[in-house]
Amino acid sequence: MGELLDAVLRCLIVLGAFLTLPLLVGQMEHKAMAHMQSRVGPMAAGGFHGWAQLVADGIKFVQKESITPAAADRRVFELAPAVALVPYLVAMLAIPLGPFFGQTNLIGQDLDLGLFFVLAAMSVGVLGTLMGGLGSGNKYSYIGGMRVAAQLMSYELPMVLAAASVAMAAGTLSLVGIAQEWEPWWLLTQLPGLVVFFVAGLAELQRPPFDAPLADAELVMGPLTEYGGMRFAMFLLAEYAGIVVLAALTTVLFLGGWAGPWSDHLGWVWSLLKIVAVSFLVIWARVAYPRLREDQVNALAWKVLVPVALAQVTLTTVLVVA
Amino acid sequence: MRAYLDDTYLEGYLPVGVIILVGIGLAAAMLGVNRLMRPQVASREKATTYESGVDPVGDGWSQSTVRYYVYAFLYVIFAVDAVFLFPWAVVLEEIGAAAAVEMGIFIGILVVGLAYAWRKGVLSWTS
Repeated sequence: MGELLDAVLRCLIVLGAFLTLPLLVGQMEHKAMAHMQSRVGPMAAGGFHGWAQLVADGIKFVQKESITPAAADRRVFELAPAVALVPYLVAMLAIPLGPFFGQTNLIGQDLDLGLFFVLAAMSVGVLGTLMGGLGSGNKYSYIGGMRVAAQLMSYELPMVLAAASVAMAAGTLSLVGIAQEWEPWWLLTQLPGLVVFFVAGLAELQRPPFDAPLADAELVMGPLTEYGGMRFAMFLLAEYAGIVVLAALTTVLFLGGWAGPWSDHLGWVWSLLKIVAVSFLVIWARVAYPRLREDQVNALAWKVLVPVALAQVTLTTVLVVA
Repeated sequence: MRAYLDDTYLEGYLPVGVIILVGIGLAAAMLGVNRLMRPQVASREKATTYESGVDPVGDGWSQSTVRYYVYAFLYVIFAVDAVFLFPWAVVLEEIGAAAAVEMGIFIGILVVGLAYAWRKGVLSWTS
């Protein structure tokens, strides 16, 4: 019974992180994008620089009517937002934040298959968008859904290969173990893997410049066209939670996790700082680059990222064996 | 050698089950609160498919060219490779050069396959 209680408590802490970190990233996106585009962003809600804007959005979403189009596949349509949202919560369970004031490690649960588990959970999340696209009975959604499928197939592979390269260098799949094995020179030897992983992660989240499935100028909102109210809010939360998971995974795999001065006590601060920095890059990419055309999206994956990732795997093999 | 399927091993995965339940609970709570707080005004127009303001034409599901179905084949082949890569990655250092050579052959065959597909023009959108 004690173990079950312990597990429930850990999961509730993970839930707390799941409900706050994405909002911070969302707020950062509002403000960073606004300043990069020479405007101020939301300023009214909450008084100080519009800090409560996302809370206000949430209250608005909760009160909106829920509409399922008559043409939609009802069950699939209504379940899709949950399928998109829950996997990111599950993924967060296995991601370590490092030592926390004398506690050995701030983590939901250290799984010995951690890396494999997180990657698997992340790819389930994409299925939610796919369900929304194919279940809506709408042409925009349908085309968007097809693009989601193409993107998922193309980018899953380089992402997994880059992650496998780190697992080889560390000799373990446990995320805690990988972060402990990390050494500063990985920044150099795993750099191609880092770039591939980050770019493929962006594509997996369908964030700009890889938002061809959503492409508001051609597909209205892609798979999300028919969604509104709470279900749309869940997709939105899933997107930001996805950014957090991607940034946290990049931090743990490639940036040394909690490595930094006084990491025995302040390790979690270093982790959070690195996660915020990577999240900022995700937002920056949205502002800086125009959207890739659908054929360019697939060509980039198969003609650039996959060969680079394979080369990275080979390099790591040689370094580990030699 | 560790026994991988004894009780203590699986106990480490108890939180995974709990977090999945918490996740389902979260989704149910979000939709439940929405159900309590939302208005419900039925009208036929609301349930029509959105097609930029005009009446929807035809069916939402229609036949279309799936240009990237060959990518799907490539993906399936490589995904199998990736799954084998993970257990191999963990024991690489123990086994050493022999493991590296074997995986080199395995990946080499896949690379030849990718090069062949590339050469055949499969990776271009229009051929």
